[in-house]
Amino acid sequence: MKIALFIPCFVDLFYPQVGVSMVKIFERLGHEVEYPEGQTCCGQPAFNAGYWDEARGAAENALQVFRDAEVVVSASGSCGAMMKVFYPELFAKTPRLPEAEALAAKTFEFSDFLVNRLGVHDVGARFDHTVTFHDGCHGLRELGIKKEPRLLLAQVKGLQLKEMGEAETCCGFGGLFAVKFPQISTAMGEVKCASIAETGVEFVVSNDSSCLMQIQGILDREQRPVRSLHLAEVLAQS
Amino acid sequence: MARATISAQFRTAASKLTADLKHRGWISKSLRGYETSRRGNQAKYGDWNSAREAAGSIKYEAVNHLDRYLEEFARNFEANGGKIFWASTGEEARDYVVKLARDRGVRSVIKSKSMTAEEIHLNPALEEAGLPVVESDLGEYIVQLRGEAPYHLVFPAMHLDRHEISTLFEEKLGSAPTDDPERLTMIAREVMRDKYLTADMGITGANFAVAETGMISITENEGNARLTAALPKIHVALMGIEKIIPRLEDLALFLPMLATAGAGQPMTCYNSLYTGPRKAGEVDGPEEFHLVILDNKRTQLLADAEQRDALHCIRCGACLNVCPIFRNVGGHSYGTTYQGPIGSVITPHLRGLQNWKHLSAASSLCGACTETCPVKIDIHHHLLHNRRNAAQGKQTWYEKIGFRLFAWAARSPGLFRFGGRFAGLALKLRPRGPLDPLQAWTSTRGFPTPAPRSFNAYWRSRKGGP
Ligand code: SF4
Repeated sequence: MKIALFIPCFVDLFYPQVGVSMVKIFERLGHEVEYPEGQTCCGQPAFNAGYWDEARGAAENALQVFRDAEVVVSASGSCGAMMKVFYPELFAKTPRLPEAEALAAKTFEFSDFLVNRLGVHDVGARFDHTVTFHDGCHGLRELGIKKEPRLLLAQVKGLQLKEMGEAETCCGFGGLFAVKFPQISTAMGEVKCASIAETGVEFVVSNDSSCLMQIQGILDREQRPVRSLHLAEVLAQS
Repeated sequence: MARATISAQFRTAASKLTADLKHRGWISKSLRGYETSRRGNQAKYGDWNSAREAAGSIKYEAVNHLDRYLEEFARNFEANGGKIFWASTGEEARDYVVKLARDRGVRSVIKSKSMTAEEIHLNPALEEAGLPVVESDLGEYIVQLRGEAPYHLVFPAMHLDRHEISTLFEEKLGSAPTDDPERLTMIAREVMRDKYLTADMGITGANFAVAETGMISITENEGNARLTAALPKIHVALMGIEKIIPRLEDLALFLPMLATAGAGQPMTCYNSLYTGPRKAGEVDGPEEFHLVILDNKRTQLLADAEQRDALHCIRCGACLNVCPIFRNVGGHSYGTTYQGPIGSVITPHLRGLQNWKHLSAASSLCGACTETCPVKIDIHHHLLHNRRNAAQGKQTWYEKIGFRLFAWAARSPGLFRFGGRFAGLALKLRPRGPLDPLQAWTSTRGFPTPAPRSFNAYWRSRKGGP
């Protein structure tokens, strides 16, 4: 299968190794990977701030760039949800709705794609560490992804998963919310990190780098020894 | 109050509460207890999600045929001997109750829990008219003594521990200090017993209004609402127009769901149906039964097809209980009658979008509320809708410029990439400390450094490009 990657802007800038890992995993599984270079941002920042006309501008670029792709796999559950769940709403009552629906139908979050589309649980990874998993809210509640990352992690040799009490509690990132209401966002992150620390693991893993940016930011300030990793980075280890 | 003041008050209150670790710890601990018991009781349903589906569709039916069901309800209610007052505004509702009390020579009022009464500020109006009101719900009585608004739709005094309550009683009632919850309850009951017997008017809320029979249903754990409704010679109940359910049998679903979602109970201790005033030959009940049915801008929400389902709300409080914002800022920070996610959705409709839009912005849109809501209101998406409507109505100049630029760049890949490289460099070179433009992030959190090579650059070099 030919897989088109969607690498959100902040992943491109701060966490390129997430994309590199995805390429590695898909190629190891025998698929062809493409990275349509005209891609920019999915439009979520404007959409969430209520600026839907501007969000549509960004989204139209995505409709164009991914028009001929067979499947689109997003490195972030949140941006994946934007394309899969919110594009049809954003383009409702516009002539481009069919295109938005077509893109929504072929867009997948990374773990969802591996498990439900490719039917793969074991990607042949080895990672001799203890980890806990953070469910990014958009992946969990907009896309219904809960068991997929766990099925994948369960097949990683040497890896031990310890669930935290607050796995499904929001980390407090929420895009611009994190800087518009830093006090609330930080308090939420503190609750999350306390729960992570309680498990005593070495790594916190998630399918969303934006959550991990928030979580790592607070772990650093609290000088906790836990490190954060994207699911793809773990699955690319051997 | 001006918009800037209202949202500034929210920010200040939120900063204060999030810094209060003891308070946050207390609220989280109580709500974790609730979560455990709710999970246990939810598991007793054959299928909790089907129950939500059913409850949502009954409410959908009621709200989408509200005119018909309200009429049916009113006909049956009046046939039972009750009197209905249709209030368009809070003021009309207040005036009706105050005038009724005056006309009947009422000297004191006992009241059970009613968020609708909070919404229309009934107590201050009665007190201004020289009518003392006593809250008979223990939690409400406690916040009344403290001169505070309820902290939570369902648990008005959940922010206080036993010790604080004991100190309050000591100060206000002169009772001896105690840490025993039973004893504390008894102290309050002693005060109330007397009030029940002397009050000539009892005011209650209503959880459901059954169209088919003209009954109102009240759910409570203390038995105080029963006494409030039955002992005084006049019973006044208040409710919003959305409290209607079509059939009596619908209660078989709603009563247990309200208890489970709201308090983690299998069933609330007392569920009573009120049919009308005392009839000839009956030994108890009030001589008069009045019901105030309140609009207060609910019909505007009804007219909004996108957010109409917000009127499904049964005020169970579950969305507050699971909300990470509520857990960290507490109930009083909102400054609204209805706190938490549902309050953030409906307050802009009830009290003005531009003044209350900050509550819709103060959310990470995590969706825990929507996931838990027993009547399946699309709560967190409505926060998004409020944001969109607010931006359409009035845009902040810097956001407008910012997002226009963003849209322009996002449509031009070359520019976007350049912008990304520029941002990467700017982030590396930015001043740190107090001049850091990312202060809003960095004052409480570490910030990642841009990677030496972006994914884009990696891809190009892989392809053998520059
Ligand atoms: S919105 Fe739903 S969860 Fe929140 S109080 Fe209303 S019924 Fe309960």
